[in-house]
Amino acid sequence: MTTPERTVAERVERPGEPPPLEESVPARTFEIKNLSIWYGEKRAIENVTIDIATNAVTAIIGPSGCGKSTLLRALNRMHELVPKTRLEGTVLLDGTDLYSSNIDPAIVRRRVGMVFQKSNPFPTMTIGENVVIGLRLNGVRDRRFLNERLEKSLRMAALWDEVKDDLHKPGTSLSGGQQQRLCIARTLAVEPEVVLMDEPCSALDPIATAKIEELIYELKAKYTIVTVTHNMQQAGRISDYTAFMYLGRLIEFGPTTQIFTNPKDRQTEDYITGRFG
Amino acid sequence: MRFETAHHHTWRKIKSALACIIAFASGVLVISPLGLVFFYLLIHGAGSVNWDFFTKLPAPVGAVGGGMANAIVGSLELLALAGVIGIPVGVLGGVYLAEYGSARINSVVRFLADILNGIPSITWGVVVYGLIVLRFKGFSAYAGGLALALIMIPLILRTTEEVILLVPNGYREASLALGVSRWKTIVHIVLKTASKGIITGILLALARVGGETAPLLFTAFGNRFWNHSLSQPIAALPIQIFTYAISPYDDWHRQAWAGALVLVTGVFLVNIMVRIVTRGRGASVV
Repeated sequence: MTTPERTVAERVERPGEPPPLEESVPARTFEIKNLSIWYGEKRAIENVTIDIATNAVTAIIGPSGCGKSTLLRALNRMHELVPKTRLEGTVLLDGTDLYSSNIDPAIVRRRVGMVFQKSNPFPTMTIGENVVIGLRLNGVRDRRFLNERLEKSLRMAALWDEVKDDLHKPGTSLSGGQQQRLCIARTLAVEPEVVLMDEPCSALDPIATAKIEELIYELKAKYTIVTVTHNMQQAGRISDYTAFMYLGRLIEFGPTTQIFTNPKDRQTEDYITGRFG
Repeated sequence: MRFETAHHHTWRKIKSALACIIAFASGVLVISPLGLVFFYLLIHGAGSVNWDFFTKLPAPVGAVGGGMANAIVGSLELLALAGVIGIPVGVLGGVYLAEYGSARINSVVRFLADILNGIPSITWGVVVYGLIVLRFKGFSAYAGGLALALIMIPLILRTTEEVILLVPNGYREASLALGVSRWKTIVHIVLKTASKGIITGILLALARVGGETAPLLFTAFGNRFWNHSLSQPIAALPIQIFTYAISPYDDWHRQAWAGALVLVTGVFLVNIMVRIVTRGRGASVV
């Protein structure tokens, strides 16, 4: 699984442009090659090739409608929930093709968890039930194991101290930021290898956002994290790698410091400096 | 541009007040029949609602007293039968429409269900008479339950569908993203979230068919005695009321009033139950 020197990104080939930027990461969790996705007739992403580094945070940035959410959702096959999607290219997770015909999407999603833009704890369940529901519905019955996993997940999501006496209260009784951390705990409870985050802070106030960002920073020791964000400062603060997308194409990919201080592409620079988007 | 004159202003105020009065009067007109019916039933029926009414069989012609115990129990049995058949079919059909199904099939099914909802209830009695009563050569509780179930199914189907569609997609996605299968997501997340609305729909459907008389005339038929087998004719409150109301005996008329009062009170209680069910914790979305 260790290939030391390896192309991380090949930019979309466009005639007259400088040759693709080459970067290397120590280990990669996802290898995405020539990925294109259509919703009906509309092509949402076009020929994207990118590798996702293990135990690092990769941020996908770009203006609305650029395909960043689609790319994220393609990593655990969530985009398939929209009817009439079509996909070309390959997505390898630790070398396994996620889209080969014998792969069950449910198994993919157990390995690749997801946190959504709007916090969505199940309204009929308590805080405790919300955390372990993934395990319960996947057949785990052992009460002691569930309790252990409940505490562990809430601790990892930095929520345990705030809710340990209120586990029987409805999940929806928490504040917005706490609800989002509850959703993170729920995702961690099934022990995925990767956590995808689709603008996890966009509905939160600055203090709650800071907590989630801190959490993301801590979680990357154990998990590979891919996040979509509208907030460039946030991408700069939390991510190790940044991918800039525009109109369905991957324009530039590299270490975050490089993308933000010395972008190779004019469009990336324009977007980061706020000239458009 | 010209500003409105004082005259215009007064005229607008009068129009507004007029509209308000008309709307209020219509509102009163809508509610008053309910109040009138209930008070009329109370005046005529309350005197005959006593312990005997709930515990005794109908008295023979000429004898005074007796009750409608068999009809009350019979109605409950018929509702139970109708529920056993109608609730699963209606709820699962609603799940299909809301969660699976293609847009085209759904619009056809929805259209048909709405037509079914509009079919006069006596038609269902005749249908079941032809399908079951003639074939098995006898009126029965099963036939009555089936007729009521057929009325319930489209009602439950449509409310279930509507309530399920109100469950935000975020909950489905959250569950699927945990690696939970589609079916388990529907049962444990979607239906659980929508449960209050679905229960409301079921209770209202039961209340609706609980008062149906016409479909039972050809199927359950009615019975002056206790029913000992579901394949035999069975008494039902609406049939008993009907029979007693068209009879020439004053005592039976009084009993019919009492029966109607009990039936309306029952429907009323179900509606109050619905209120209680839907209040609960504010957590649910529907």
